[in-house]
Formats: sequence, structure tokens, C-alpha cells
Amino acid sequence: MQLIFETSRPGRRGVRLDPLDVPEATLPAEFCREDAPNLPEVGELDVVRHFTRLSARNFGVDSHFYPLGSCTMKYNPKLADAISALPGLAGLHPHLSSSPVYHGCIQGALEIVYETEHLLAEIAGMREVSLQPIAGAHGELTGALLIAAYHRAKGNKKDTIIIPDSAHGTNPASATIAGFKVVQAPSGADGTIRLDAFKNVMNDSVAGVMLTCPNTHGLFEPDVHKIADLAHEADALLYYDGANLNAIIGQSRPGDLGFDVMHFNLHKTFATPHGMGGPGSGPVGVGERLAPFLPGPRVTRTEVGFGLEMPPQSIGKIAAFFGNFLVAARAYAYLLCQGDEGLKNVARYAVLNANYILARLKDAYDPAYDTTCMHECVFTATRQAKAGVRAIDIAKALLDRGFHAPTIYFPLTVKESIMIEPTETESKQTLDAFCDAMRAIAQAAQDDPESLHAAPQTTPVGRLDEVRAARELDCGCL
Amino acid sequence: MTWIPATDAERGEMLAAIGVRSIDELFATIPEHLRLRKWQVPPGRSQMAVQRILAETAARNDTGTLSFVGGGYYDHHIPAAVDALASRSEFLTAYTPYQPECAQGTLQAVYEYQSAVCRLTDLECANASLYDGGTAVFEATTMAVRQTRRTRIVCHESLNPLYRRMLATHTANLELDIVDSEPASLDGAACVIVQNPSFLGTVRDFSDLAERCHAAGALLVVSFYPVSLGLLKTPGAMGADIAIAEGQSLGLPLSFGGPYLGIMAARQKLIRKMPGRIAAATQDAEGRRGFVLTLQAREQHIRREKATSNICSNEAHCALRALIHLCLLGREGLREVAVQCHAKAEYLKGRLIEGAAGIQLLNDGPTFNEFAVRLPADAESVVERLLDRGIHPGLPLAPLGAGERTDLLVAVTEKHTREDLDTLTEALEQALCN
Amino acid sequence: MLHTNPPHLKYTKEHEWVRDDGGGVFAVGITEFAAEQLGDITFVELPPVDAQVSQGAEVATVESVKAANDIYAPIGGVITAVNGELEEHPEIVNQSPYENGWFFKLEEVDAAELDELMDATHYEAFLKDQ
Repeated sequence: MQLIFETSRPGRRGVRLDPLDVPEATLPAEFCREDAPNLPEVGELDVVRHFTRLSARNFGVDSHFYPLGSCTMKYNPKLADAISALPGLAGLHPHLSSSPVYHGCIQGALEIVYETEHLLAEIAGMREVSLQPIAGAHGELTGALLIAAYHRAKGNKKDTIIIPDSAHGTNPASATIAGFKVVQAPSGADGTIRLDAFKNVMNDSVAGVMLTCPNTHGLFEPDVHKIADLAHEADALLYYDGANLNAIIGQSRPGDLGFDVMHFNLHKTFATPHGMGGPGSGPVGVGERLAPFLPGPRVTRTEVGFGLEMPPQSIGKIAAFFGNFLVAARAYAYLLCQGDEGLKNVARYAVLNANYILARLKDAYDPAYDTTCMHECVFTATRQAKAGVRAIDIAKALLDRGFHAPTIYFPLTVKESIMIEPTETESKQTLDAFCDAMRAIAQAAQDDPESLHAAPQTTPVGRLDEVRAARELDCGCL
Repeated sequence: MTWIPATDAERGEMLAAIGVRSIDELFATIPEHLRLRKWQVPPGRSQMAVQRILAETAARNDTGTLSFVGGGYYDHHIPAAVDALASRSEFLTAYTPYQPECAQGTLQAVYEYQSAVCRLTDLECANASLYDGGTAVFEATTMAVRQTRRTRIVCHESLNPLYRRMLATHTANLELDIVDSEPASLDGAACVIVQNPSFLGTVRDFSDLAERCHAAGALLVVSFYPVSLGLLKTPGAMGADIAIAEGQSLGLPLSFGGPYLGIMAARQKLIRKMPGRIAAATQDAEGRRGFVLTLQAREQHIRREKATSNICSNEAHCALRALIHLCLLGREGLREVAVQCHAKAEYLKGRLIEGAAGIQLLNDGPTFNEFAVRLPADAESVVERLLDRGIHPGLPLAPLGAGERTDLLVAVTEKHTREDLDTLTEALEQALCN
Repeated sequence: MLHTNPPHLKYTKEHEWVRDDGGGVFAVGITEFAAEQLGDITFVELPPVDAQVSQGAEVATVESVKAANDIYAPIGGVITAVNGELEEHPEIVNQSPYENGWFFKLEEVDAAELDELMDATHYEAFLKDQ
């Protein structure tokens, strides 16, 4: 397919403006660019056709089952699209929050921030929530900065964060960017943290512990409260990576498990669209110890309406305003619709669906751990790999059968890992069709491994040469 | 049940296949005392009710009938085709393109977006997006620190004060030396961060500063306003090493602060130090052109604590909007938008300054679409008088620590008509002369 | 997988090798095992010439499509030469890890540090345990 730049014709125009209705003005040449920017010269129909054709070269949740482990690719309700398009929200200038004189103009928006923060806090058993972090990793960074601020205020000299080896890569990266050293806690043979190994790395220099629960093996950490106690005895704080909150929402709350700080992924648990990788939203929740340090300003409710206040010990601004506000508004609509019962069913059916897949596939593929799972199940393709069929071949063969691939080669702790997260919004028919496809691929791996190496064949392109891409580095058409 | 399709019969079949009697059994690994006992979450509501509630809530906001509030975020015209195309669910409901064969739409769009950003800035490489303009300042800072192995950061007075505060928050636990005025010598500095036009709207040429930076082994980071590059000298032409921007002005609604778009471009030699995803062109075994994410070894999912950044989710969908917007405007369209913004702002500036109300201009150089004025009265009380007429005359600067109580920042876009500009002039004069 | 690790080299647990080139000059590279583990190497970042490095310091980086590894100085010394050819043609490391794929050369080294490293027999035993 052509690049939009390759369809450009000199002199062609898309959108036109009204004629200038004020006198022309000039700017000294030293401040101006020499030529107009070399953007494509195309008509509106050229643009519409180009991007419509591009869209047809994508799999999305609306078109395909998308069982990416750790990504919670659930259905994104259209109601939320309608909410985010409301002119009173989409058209609202954020700087109206910068001056009290305009605060009367933003009462509706502040109410949404306030109510969403309070609902999220209740759902997670946290004392307070800030919507400021713009994505999950930004929430992790915010959490790490909150932990640093807590220890600074207490005069604690702590510089280390413990992270399990099964953690998402963002955890160690966020802790490092926040200025901490990272120490790894190894997983045991059963896929959960070994308490003795944890005790070995726990000491007075530890400022915090970052956990995902259930972890990326899809298993609940049975010793989570013991870890919390050990951490708290040393005045270290416990961080909950909300990536897998879909597994326990409405069944157990991070705050009740002993966590002091966490982030939510609104684009996972609360059904806002992933948008090809973003925007997400990563609100941070805190318990009592960290509440004074939250980013500000905070939305407060008084008799005369909603106002803004900068807490004296706040770490400051992690976002210019209230984070990805429109993403939060979508999540708020989702929360209001689901309510008490709806939210409790989310984890129940997410876990049911994952265990159903595990049950239907466990004789065809080796489960990484021999137990029931939470919201996702992890297999290892080592059996298939002996026949020359690797996880990547299985993933590509799924594309040909009309399914997006599961997450592969993550977690790093499982060889040839295939990590499947179906979510609660998929029907049994879809799960059965997926399992049938996976079983057919397992059969093909025995009978005709070569056929899988050639996959995918039904996609617009076949397997792409990533080595060539990295060596030639053609990252733009200049 | 909302958005859960399983029937009672299917649930039974699935439980049987699993070999358990109830869903509760599947939660047995969570110790009993750690289960949820009660929470205060209201009962669910219908979509109809939620839509009504939120429409009413949204209606309690006042976006103004005529607004001149800018300060880094601007109300530009967004062609209808941007919404129509970007809302296609093949874009909206896709994930990060980890399986490139079924994400060529995403990957080609990212590649085209990177190309457009390079052409706009006159720089050689760009990433797939960062969160927003403020976090882009932080990412550029850590990138400069990694490249130069130095820790002194010089923030120029032109920088948006919100960005400066965000930088302070993000770097609070890092041992960086951030200074707010240009030191006598740039020796030992990792970078100088400037913004053009400045927060108060002043346009500068930072070419000389670029030379001084390079002589001292420091990088020049320029935060730019994308629409202004239809007209203004580019970061690349000034000699900038890294260019960053808030991309909201390219097809994104104001949205009360987000989602927005962090733009980043740089010199080719810095590409391996860049944060975030990067798409590259390559081919398949049959020689067909295709696109993949490349240089992933920089990123957190591979490099973990040694990654160039912790960024994972980015603002890909916002970048798609920006790309579509730039394509619809095209080469001449973007220039025309910039020319109109400038001309209309000049007209308004002239009318306000030459009027009888005693309004003074604060900028010490040429301006683009925004300028700062000193009123002969308290700015917030003047704003209050205009609010009744639905006019948002601008951004009072004192609450941001960017000016006196009398100072107001006034922004103009191509959407304002001459009549709008005259209305503001008359309303301000009326408010000030009474 | 069988690897032919030249007997005259010294090896580290991080899969680097050191070769005594005579005259106080020591060449450093990565082993065939390391190159295979990385897959097709796409980029090599080399240290500046004249840099003084201590044993265990991160001095270079090697990247493939799906991995990035740091190269640590197996012994301390002064970097006196780097293999600039690798910047343009990183694939040389895959093709010739023990000859043309060397990374850098060290001088003014501490002989005691050299003695801490494994010989080929020990390195092969170490690989078997991996």
C-alpha cells in the first residue's frame, strides 16, 4: 500500500479556510521557516480512502477475539464513546482550572474527577485516588515518587525497591526512573513468590515492594499479606500494579490485602479503548500513609461547589491538569453502568473464561503451572518447540485462523510462554472457536510443522524482516 | 448482566469442563479473610440513565461562547473527517502492534506520523508519541542526561510554568541540578530547554543559543507549538538536537486536559537514546513493504531497569488524529492556518493596545497567535465582568506565577472572526472604562 | 549445542573472552554462545578510546532485535583501540565472534585480574550448567 506522501500532487488541497477577514500581517524573515512544511498535498477523499484502507489492515477487539495476556482486551462499550464526545467535556479548556475566576465554568468536570476518584478508591480499598497519571507506567512512576516523598519526610534513608522476576518491565523501569535501585525477588517452582527468597532481599534499605497480584503467571500470591507485614515491619511500602485488577475486582481489594499504593489501568479493567497502544490512564490510589503526598491540586467538595486545593506535602504536578480526563469520563460511565453487581461479576466471569480455556487446552499444550488460574492462563510451548514449532509460529498460525495472538515470550520466567487472557466479555462460542483453532495448531505442529512456519498467509504481509528494519533504520519518509 | 454474554446454561457447561461446581471455587486461592466484605458502590444503571446523568453533568460546564484562553492549549478547527476516520474501531480498539502482520494499519500510520513530525520540525527521527507536552520535557531531559552523562539542566524563562513544575515533580528523587536562568557558562550542562513561542507568546530565534550549547557539549531542547511551524523557523533549522511539543493543536479537542499528545523528534545520532516506540519500514519474504516496531531493545519490556524510559502505553490514537489532521490541512493548509492565527492576533493586539483603555503589551519581541497584556485593573475581576456575556477573555497569569495580578494572556486562532476580535476589544474597554 | 571456544583465550561468566595479543595488549569480544543467544546482532556501541575502565565496568552494548546486553570489562585497563568495523557491520560478531568480531583492546591491565578468569575447559563446563 502506498504511503500518503506517495499520493501527494502539487497544488491539491484538502480542507480550506474562510478568507482572511483582517489585514495581512508580517513577521520578520529571521523568525520564519524558509518553505512551507513538506506535508502531503492531498484531497479530503484521498485522506478518507487512505485511512479507511489502513484501518482494514488492523485487528481490533470489535473485529477479532484479542486474548492478549496482561492486556485485558475486553469490549469497549460504545456508550463511553458517546460520553467522551459530549461538547461540555470535549470542548472544555483545561486552563479554566488555573484561575479561581473560571471555577464556576468547570463544576461538571470537577464533579466527574471527584466522583471517579472516590469510586475508584472504594473499589480498591484505598483512601484517596488521583487521576493525574496519564498511563499505567506513569502511575507506577507516581507511586514510586510518593514512596520516595514518604521516606524523605520521615528522614528514612532507603534507596531500593524489590520487584519479582515475573513483573512487567515497566516496574523496574519506573522504579529506576524515579531514582531507586532495583532488587529482584525470584519466583518459586509454583510460579509465586518464595517467602524465604523474599526475606533474603528484604532489609532496612528497602523503600518499597512492587507486586502484581495475581502475578503475571495468572496466580494469586498466597503470601501477599505476609509480604505486606514483613515490608511494613521495616517501614517499606507495598505497591500494587493494577495491570491484573480484572482478576479480583469485586472479590478482593488491594487496600485490604495490605497495599499502600497502586495504579489502575482504566484502559484495562474499566474498558476504555486501547487505541493502538494509547491513550490509557493510570490513576494512582493511596492509603493513609501516602495520602498527604498525592499530586495536586486535589478536587474538594464544599457547600458552594467543587474547588481545588494544593496539599502542603504534595509531590506537585505529575500532569498539567487532571490526567487523561476524557478517558476517566469513559471509565466513570462504565462504572455507573456496572455498579455493585456488575463489577462483582467482572472478575467472576473473567476467571471462569480463563479456566475454561485452560481446561480445554491443557492436554494439547503444557500449562506452565499445574493449578487453576485467575484471569489468565499461561502455557509453555516447549513440547511443540521440540518438533520445531515455537510460540511465535503458534501465534502467527492463529492470525490465519482469524484470532489475534495471545501474549508470547512473556512472562520471561516461562520458556516459550503463551499467555491467554480472554476477559469476561467473550462468549463461550468465541472461546470454543479459539480453543478449536489452538488444538488444530497443536495437531499441525505434530503432523506438518512446516505449514506453521509459513504462517501467516492471510494477512496483508507475511512475517517481516525485523533484523533488516533494525539495521537499515528507515523510520520515516523524509 | 452488562457486557457479560454467558448464559446460566453455558456457565454450567464451562464449570463442568473445568471440574468445579461453582465460580467461587476458582477463587479458593484468595484466603478467606482477604475477600471483599462490603463496599459502597451504588447499584448499576441503564445506559439510558447514565447517558442522561452525564449529559446533565457535562452541561454544567461552561465552554464559553467566545474564548481567548490558550496558554499552550488551543481551540483550532478540527475537520469532521478527523473524527470520522479516527473513530473507526479497527484503530480505536486495537492494541500496541506487537503482531505486525495484523497491525499494518497502525504501524504504517505511526511511520507516516513520524515522517510528518520530521518534515514539520526539520529533524531526522521521531518517535511514535509520548504522553503530552509536559512529560515530553521530562523525557527530553533524561535523554540529554543519558547522552551527555551530565546532570545540569538549564530551563529557559520561555518554558511553560506547568512544564517546569512537572519537571520538578518528576525529577525530585534524581540527582539533577536544574537551574532557571542561563548561567555564565554552559560548560557541564546536559541541555538547555527553551520554548518557542514562549509561554507568554514571544517568538525568538534560538540559533545562537544552539551554537553556544554545542560549543559547550550541551544539547538544545526546543519545545515548539506545532501549528506555529506552518510559519515559524523550525527547531531543526535553529540547530536544536531534540524537539518536543504538546500536540493538542493538531486535531485534538481541548478535553479538559487530556488525552493529549507528546511529540518528540531528534537528530539521527540520538535515536537509540530516544524513549518510546519507533516504527520502521522493512519487507516480508516476498519483498512486500511492511512496518514493524524497531529498536525495541531500548524499551522497558526488554531492557527493564536499563530502559531509556518506563513508557509503555503512549498516545497512539492521538498521534493518528494528528496525522490525519496534518494530511487534511496539507502543506499549504497548515501554512494558511498559521498565517491566519498570526494576522488575527496582530489585529487584536493592535486594537487592544491602541484603544483608550490603557492596556499595555508585555512581550518584548514579535508574537505569533498569543500575547500577554497588563490591564489597568485586576485581571480576574475583569474576567469576571466578561463571564456574564459568555466571554472568556484570556488566562490570568498571577495564579500560574507567570505575571502580576493585572496580567492576562490572550490567545487567538483561525476560528476567531474579525467580529469576535472586535467584540472582545469592546467588551474589555467597556469593563475597564466603567 | 557444541561451541568451539579457542583454548588460548580466557572467559568470563558474562560470556566475554580475552585474548593476549602480546606486547601488553589484550583483545576483548563475546563468545560464540553469547552471539547465538542474542541472535542476529543489529547494533554495537563501543567505548571511547583512551577510557580508563575497571574490571566489571559496563563498557559496551550489543543489541539484537529482541535483546540488549551490556559488555563488562573482563579486566581493568585503558581502552587503546575499538573495532569500528562493527558499527557499520554488527553482523560480523555473529559471523566471526573470536576473530573479526573483537570489540576493543585493553592495555595497562592487572595480570592478577586475568588469572581470575576461566580457561576454555572451565568455560565449557560452565556452559553445560546453564
